[in-house]
Amino acid sequence: MDVLWESAEPLTVRQVGARLTDRDLAHTTVMTVLDRLAKKGFARRQRDGRAWRYRAAEDQETYVTELMMHALDQTGDRSAALASFARRVSDSEAQVLRQALESLGEIARG
Amino acid sequence: MLPPVLLLAVVAVGTVPAAAALASARWPSRSPAAAILLWQALGLSWGLAAIGALVGLGAVHARWGVAGGALSGAVHALRHATVEPTADALIAVGRLAFLVAGAALLALLCWVLLAASAAVLLARRRHRALLSLLAHGDPKVPGALVVDSPEAAAYCVPGLRSRIVVSAGTLALLDAAELAAVLAHERAHLRARHDLVVLPFCALGRAFPRSRLVRQAHAAVSLLVEMLADDRALRHRPARELATALLRVGAFAGQAPSGALAAVPEPDGETAARVARLLAPSPRLPALTSALICSAAAALVALPVVLLVMPV
Repeated sequence: MDVLWESAEPLTVRQVGARLTDRDLAHTTVMTVLDRLAKKGFARRQRDGRAWRYRAAEDQETYVTELMMHALDQTGDRSAALASFARRVSDSEAQVLRQALESLGEIARG
Repeated sequence: MLPPVLLLAVVAVGTVPAAAALASARWPSRSPAAAILLWQALGLSWGLAAIGALVGLGAVHARWGVAGGALSGAVHALRHATVEPTADALIAVGRLAFLVAGAALLALLCWVLLAASAAVLLARRRHRALLSLLAHGDPKVPGALVVDSPEAAAYCVPGLRSRIVVSAGTLALLDAAELAAVLAHERAHLRARHDLVVLPFCALGRAFPRSRLVRQAHAAVSLLVEMLADDRALRHRPARELATALLRVGAFAGQAPSGALAAVPEPDGETAARVARLLAPSPRLPALTSALICSAAAALVALPVVLLVMPV
């Protein structure tokens, strides 16, 4: 997937395999992985002569944003899908928390 | 003695002020496990009693109590509904209406639970798929995945294929000891399957989106589950590390968020309440009090069950 993100233009299976230089993967392995990515909607593919060319459906930042939106419970519905360590707090509460942190630091130093 | 149907109605109505009292009680933070049990018992008892009372009003006398009477009632009503509109038939139709209302409530509760479970499973699957594309391991947080984002996020994806995720922002924000405390907290969630505790209350929120009490119950149980995980993490890590980790992540999250992420604040004071509890813990409830609360929870569930099958 990183290969697709880094490339400006759609790549064939052979090109993707060639860019995965750190791993010696069989052509069919790369093909299977790309096919699966396309089925899950993470990659788009288009016919180019006899080969398929693949590109990322969205850029990396879009997916990171989606992950973080979900993780920080931006939808506000408190779904039980994930469990966050600390949820987003209001500005006024954040102020209180920062003050608490500072006073804790002073106790530690004093 | 009052007939079982009326007693069921009393239980169904009585659980509402009881839940309101629990929502504003101060003791739950001193014994989160007992409080969660009581919330679950109140919810289950209300559901059973409300369905039982509705169905019971539509039932005719039968050998097998309210539950058996409901079936005879349905047969009886259907038989009478086809004849002329006599007084008997009108009563039969009234009975049928209560039976339908009871069945509808049962169906609604089952449906929202299924729908909420399905939504959760789908959301987790999507989340795991994204993680497999984006996240990587990091020696600073063994056993967890790291997502390269400046946000301060730390969370777990519960389930059979569970994950613990920490954002790069959190890695930069916390020191090694604080990170270990965060991981211990998340592991406690995963091990105890706290997500399954919260799920029914989340589902109830779907069934009654306008109910303030249901919202309070959901928020209370979510907070209690966090406190349970905090307590569990304290077995391995000092309270202070967990407290400063909470303060740092909470305070960071309050900063003006970047880009598309706009803050939806949590109900005020949850993080502060957890920190206060860690740094200046109130004594836990005495064992006898906890035992009494657990017995009360058991009785709350047993009562409507007994009333449902008790012969009249």
